[in-house]
Amino acid sequence: MAVADTSKLSWMTTRVDAALGWARKFSIFQYPFVTACCGMEYMATATSHYDMDRFGAGFPRFSPRQADVLFVVGTISHKMAPVLRRVYDQMAEPKWVVAFGVCTCTGGFYNNYATVQGIDTIMPVDVYIPGCPPRPENVLDGLIKLQEKIGQGQQATEPPGAAIRPAHLLASHRVASHL
Amino acid sequence: MTAPLLSALQQRFAPYVRSLQEYRGQLTAVIQREGLVAIAQHLKTDPALAFDFLMDLTAVDYLKFGKTQRSAPTLKTPSPLPYYMTPKPVAETWNRQVQHDEQRFDVVYHFFSSHYHHRLRLRVPLAAADPSVPTLTSLWAGANWFEREVYDMFGITFTGHPDLRRLLMYPEFEGHPLRKDYPIDRRQPLLGPNV
Repeated sequence: MAVADTSKLSWMTTRVDAALGWARKFSIFQYPFVTACCGMEYMATATSHYDMDRFGAGFPRFSPRQADVLFVVGTISHKMAPVLRRVYDQMAEPKWVVAFGVCTCTGGFYNNYATVQGIDTIMPVDVYIPGCPPRPENVLDGLIKLQEKIGQGQQATEPPGAAIRPAHLLASHRVASHL
Repeated sequence: MTAPLLSALQQRFAPYVRSLQEYRGQLTAVIQREGLVAIAQHLKTDPALAFDFLMDLTAVDYLKFGKTQRSAPTLKTPSPLPYYMTPKPVAETWNRQVQHDEQRFDVVYHFFSSHYHHRLRLRVPLAAADPSVPTLTSLWAGANWFEREVYDMFGITFTGHPDLRRLLMYPEFEGHPLRKDYPIDRRQPLLGPNV
C-alpha cells in the first residue's frame, strides 16, 4: 500500500477539535489519588518495564490545577469522599477520571459502613479499570481506551452511579453537604 | 498450673478478679472495672511486673455470642437448607462467667513488659446499660487513641479521658459501627446517594 509522502507538503488541513484531541491524548498530565494497595500496580505500570511514558502519561502532577486526568487508585471511604470530590472540582476543564481497581469501580468486597460503593456515585467516571488490583497490562488497556475517548473529544459529565444502581439501594438520606 | 504472675494478681486483687485463664502460655485475667485502675497501676509500677507497654486496647461486643447463628437462604439454596447451612447453636469457646445481656461488652487490654518480655491480657466485662470504664491515659499515653477508637467503634465511654472524640469516623456519623446491632447495610455517606 502506497503511503503519501507528506514531507514535501507545505500545509495540511484538519478540524481544530480533532487536532486538539490528538494533542491532548498524548500529553496526559495525571493526578494520582492513591489510597490503597492498587498504588503498587499503578507504580509498576509507571516503571520502565511497562513504561506509561510511551502513551504520554509519564508525568504525574501532584496539583489538581495542573492535571488533566484524575487517577483514583484504591479504596475511597465516606470520610475521604469530600476530599476526592474537592480535588476533582479543583481540576481545570477539560478533565477526565479513571477509576482504578474494583474498590473505586464498585466498592469491591468492602460492602460495609465505611466504603464508598463506587466513586461514580460522587463524580463522573470516564474509564473503569477493574481488578484487585488490575495488572499493568490491564491498566495500559484502560489508558488506551482513555486516549481514544480524549481523542474523540468525549468526556463524562454526570455521576452515573445513582442511575445504574438498583432503585432499592438508593435513598434520599444524606448526612450533610461538605462542599 | 496457674502462672505465678496470675496467682500473684489473684492474691493481691482478689475482690476484683473474676477469673484467670492460661492457654498455651497466654495469660488472661477477667477483672471488674472497679479494680481496673488499681490493677493497671500495679502492673506498670511493680518492678517484678514492669508492664511498660500497652500493646493493644480493643473491645468485643458479645450481643449475639453463643446464640443460634442462621445462614441466610439464598436463591440457590431455598429452604429446606442443606445440612451445612442448618442453624446450630454456637458453642462458647471459653467460659466468660457472665451473662450475655448483663455483661455485653468486653474491653480487652494487652500488656507487654519490654524488660521481662512477658505479656498479660486483661478483660473487663461491661454492662449493656452502662458501658464505661476509667481511662488509662494517665498511665500509658498510648491509650489515648486506642480509647478513642473503641469509643468510636463500640460507644464505650472512658471516664476521665482528656479528649474523647471519634477517631476514625466523621463527626456526623450516627451510632457505632462495630456494635452487633448496627445494621449491616446502613450507610451514612457524606456525599452522593445512600448506597
